[in-house]
Amino acid sequence: MLTLECPYCGVKAEETELTPGYEAHLKRFGPGSSDDDFESYMFARKNPKGVHFERWRHAYGCGKWFLAARCTVTLEVFGTYPAQLGEPPADIIAKITAKRPGWEGYK
Amino acid sequence: MTTRLASGGRLIDRSTAHEFTFNGKRMGGFAGDTLAAALLANDQMLVGRSFKYHRPRGVVAAGPEEPNALVNLGAGARLEPNQRATTTELFEGLEAGSQNHWPSLDFDIGILNNYAAKLLPAGFYYKTFIHPRAFWKHVFEPIVRQSAGLGKAPKDRDADRYEQAYAFADVLVVGGGIAGLQAALVAGQSGARVMLLEQTAHWGGRAPVDGVTVDGQSADEWVKNAVQALERMENVTLRLRCCGAGVYDHGYVLADERVADHTPGDGRPKHRLWRIRAGRIITATGAIERPLSFAGNDIPGVMLAAAVRDYVVNFAISPGDRTVVVTNNDDAYRTAIALHQAGLVVPVIVDARAQANGALPMQARALGIRVETGKAIAKVKGGKRVTGVALCAQAGEGAVLEEVACEAVAMSGGWSPVVHLWSHCGGKLTWDAANAHFRPDATRPPTTDDGSAMVIAAGAANGALLAGDCLADGHAAGLAAVGQAGAAAPEAIAADESPMAPVWIMPQGAAPALKAKMWLDYQNDVKVSDVQLAAREGYESVEHTKRYTTLGMATDQGKLSNINGLAVLAGALNTDIPQVGTTTFRPPYTPVTLGALAGEARGEIFQPLRKTPMHGWHEAQGAYFEPVGLWRRPYCFARAGESHAQAVEREVTNTRNALGLLDASTLGKIVVKGPDAGKFLDMLYTGVMSNLAVGKCRYGLMCSESGFLMDDGVVARIDANTFLVHTTTGGADRIHAHMEDWLQCEWWDWQVYTANVTEQYAQVAVVGPNARKLLEKLGGMDVSKDALPFMTWADGTLGGFRARVYRISFSGELSYEVAIPASEGLAFWQTCVAAGAEFGVMPYGTEALHVLRAEKGFIMIGDETDGTVIPQDLNLGWAISKKKADYLGKRGQERAFLASPDRWTLVGLETLDGSVIPDGAYAVTEGTNANGQRNTEGRVTSTYYSPTLKRGIAMGLVRHGASRMGETVEFPKVGGGSVKAKIVDQVFYDKDGARQNV
Ligand SMILES: [Zn+2]
Repeated sequence: MLTLECPYCGVKAEETELTPGYEAHLKRFGPGSSDDDFESYMFARKNPKGVHFERWRHAYGCGKWFLAARCTVTLEVFGTYPAQLGEPPADIIAKITAKRPGWEGYK
Repeated sequence: MTTRLASGGRLIDRSTAHEFTFNGKRMGGFAGDTLAAALLANDQMLVGRSFKYHRPRGVVAAGPEEPNALVNLGAGARLEPNQRATTTELFEGLEAGSQNHWPSLDFDIGILNNYAAKLLPAGFYYKTFIHPRAFWKHVFEPIVRQSAGLGKAPKDRDADRYEQAYAFADVLVVGGGIAGLQAALVAGQSGARVMLLEQTAHWGGRAPVDGVTVDGQSADEWVKNAVQALERMENVTLRLRCCGAGVYDHGYVLADERVADHTPGDGRPKHRLWRIRAGRIITATGAIERPLSFAGNDIPGVMLAAAVRDYVVNFAISPGDRTVVVTNNDDAYRTAIALHQAGLVVPVIVDARAQANGALPMQARALGIRVETGKAIAKVKGGKRVTGVALCAQAGEGAVLEEVACEAVAMSGGWSPVVHLWSHCGGKLTWDAANAHFRPDATRPPTTDDGSAMVIAAGAANGALLAGDCLADGHAAGLAAVGQAGAAAPEAIAADESPMAPVWIMPQGAAPALKAKMWLDYQNDVKVSDVQLAAREGYESVEHTKRYTTLGMATDQGKLSNINGLAVLAGALNTDIPQVGTTTFRPPYTPVTLGALAGEARGEIFQPLRKTPMHGWHEAQGAYFEPVGLWRRPYCFARAGESHAQAVEREVTNTRNALGLLDASTLGKIVVKGPDAGKFLDMLYTGVMSNLAVGKCRYGLMCSESGFLMDDGVVARIDANTFLVHTTTGGADRIHAHMEDWLQCEWWDWQVYTANVTEQYAQVAVVGPNARKLLEKLGGMDVSKDALPFMTWADGTLGGFRARVYRISFSGELSYEVAIPASEGLAFWQTCVAAGAEFGVMPYGTEALHVLRAEKGFIMIGDETDGTVIPQDLNLGWAISKKKADYLGKRGQERAFLASPDRWTLVGLETLDGSVIPDGAYAVTEGTNANGQRNTEGRVTSTYYSPTLKRGIAMGLVRHGASRMGETVEFPKVGGGSVKAKIVDQVFYDKDGARQNV
């Protein structure tokens, strides 16, 4: 039962208020893309033991989708941010790098 | 025999007697007794039988770790199996019965398994029941089902109610012993919101039993004062009988409060499940004493030393005139002293250590109690109860030195901290060699959302076993939880203890015959020899050994057996205990009844119900409802004396021949609005929506990104910037979420807004040859063929109601779907019923809807689709744009296996004999697959009796379907026989659509 702060309404939302959307920052591959690209976009998910970027929707709150960076082992949340950002905000990256030296990055 | 002492008992009230029954026998006890204490007061030593060998079992413990004294509690609608007698408070009229025996507790035929024990070694089930396969079903399973199992599941509906409560705390303290009380005091004084839980009915834990003094006060006195101080703090919540059951992510804790277990039927909820969100969790959950492994350690009368002390001090129970104490530590001497002080005899204290010269052993000797060091119990004598022990040297192989007559044995193998809650969410353990136990590793705690420690272990649960250390540790935990440094802790004083010695097998060189009588897991009958056998057979992982031997898999979940089992396994593998590690601690700490987990969500209010504005009318008509998502929709409107099938037939026929009314309000309705709405719908649907003219309707298909059909429905263009999207009943919320997902996360710069207006409108389908006559009679707008042709819509009024009328059909008949503001839905419906009388109007339900659409070959999401079907499979290629560069699912559908010509495609199926093919039937073809099953070439997706055609009709997906018109396929039936069906066009009725184009 995670708690994640919704970056839109500021509510510290409990998992029962949220719906999961799995891995964040996927690049969509549509018609004309190669089988490999489409397969990777559609089916290959990171599921790391460690820092993970995820999509969540504040479904039973403001209804907005947002992104969260958290550690799947310690459950530490490094931050949440709007779904429109193409990459994680610099301060979240800095926080993760400081806490997880040698972290390979979000891509 | 076990009896009640003439005086004493700090928890019982001798002025209030309670009568209760055990296996139908009337017995007496006192208020304050646990059931176990009351049973012992009545010399009911034998309380059950073990799981596998059906050996006699007596009370071993005095708390939730009890593996043996499990009873069926109550009767009828209040019957609860597997209740621990040691944690069940006695009340007047309590009914309890023993479990797992047949025909009676005293004479159990399953004891034969005991004599066949050599034939039932570890892994017996796995080894025996593999081959031949047929034996499992016909021989083994019936026998195992008859003789295995614990309590019987209740048959009646639970008479009690349960409730759930939410709570928030800065600091949650689990455990109300001296460490927990002190932690709560310290945290409470800082002003933090504190919640303190204690699983028993009493504060104070072990300290009052063990004669601890705190700052010069007796433990009882100090506890009383501490509780009063806490009660005065408004920021502190105290709950007794409330067990912290599980710790989960980010400070979420489940706790089970046994509100009225001891006052059944008084109107209060039986349990209250607390769902707590805590900033910091202090686990002051104490420690559990370990048994010692010696031959016959399972014979009734052998108990944990601290449990014997609890029964003597708390309940004034004599375990027998003579109790032999056997130990590897100083703490057990407290039991000998307590027994002596109660006027009972301790013939000998058997101490496995070479010497015992601490304060407690010296005190025992001073009382005249014989102490034998370096000694062990070779064997316990007795059957259904202890009659004596044989002593031997701990260092030897078990040669008997002397025999000592006794009625009870109090054993102590040291103490293991209760680390469950610490471990539930990832807290790691460290091996404490001095105390031979695992305790929380403070450097590797479970963490919360900011990365800080979520749980702080305190007191004995943190390995601080001595009262002084325990209280100081609780104090420190309280301060740490509120981030303060503070005043000095109160000082708890108890007798000093010398180091314990790890003793896992007694005597250490015991021969195999003895090891086969040394029980590790009392309930599941796992012995030292079983774990050693598992190790020899290669089960080196503790998790594998657990499952192979069932060690720790009983209802106590290894609370007693865990460390001893690990130690024996480590010994057998010739490695260290920390190397072997522990099994995983999973919530709940003690079983939580399903009633508490369900709370109020049962029966009528199990889940919210959605009702259309006309729901009450349907109910009044006696409609038979079926669940569709959270909605309840009329399946049919059966009349008196009519079967459902007859009702459906009548409704279909009437709709085809006269006039039917369908409550279509549940249909999903989503407004999609904005300058980019058309562009967005073009991505969402396989077809083109952006070029739909205002005033027109178009059928569309929505696919998932992987290409599979997920929803369908009619889109109406309201104005240049606005579309109304109809979804399936079940799809409204899902499709709305799907739209928002793409709009917010992928095309967030497109100017589109969506609103789910499903419940804003009532919708009535007016269907049948007389449909237009009814609307014309209502009057107010032109619904003629020319003014409102097929697949158009218009706003207006009908009979004075504001209406939006869609000329669409899901039945093949002349049909209008009329949307009315929800508040006027019922009135409009009633108006239609009244005005339609002269046209033969009848309401129809979802089953008639299905039959009507199946006769026309229309697909239904969820019938023709199941997440593996693409529109092309359903001959819906006409609804897929070839021109669009992209839509959701387009790339997915280009995958080779979806483009394969071998896919099963939709056809109509006409049975040769006119019967109805069973739902879900598969068409079989020649040959068999790898499992010896017939190969299949298709399956039925919709199958009905058609009242219009007077025969069975079906749709199905069949390999190469479209090219096999006229061929016959065969569908085997469950229970034998098969149905043959001809492959035909999926449209069974009015292929040209003449009936709807009028
Ligand atoms: Zn929000």
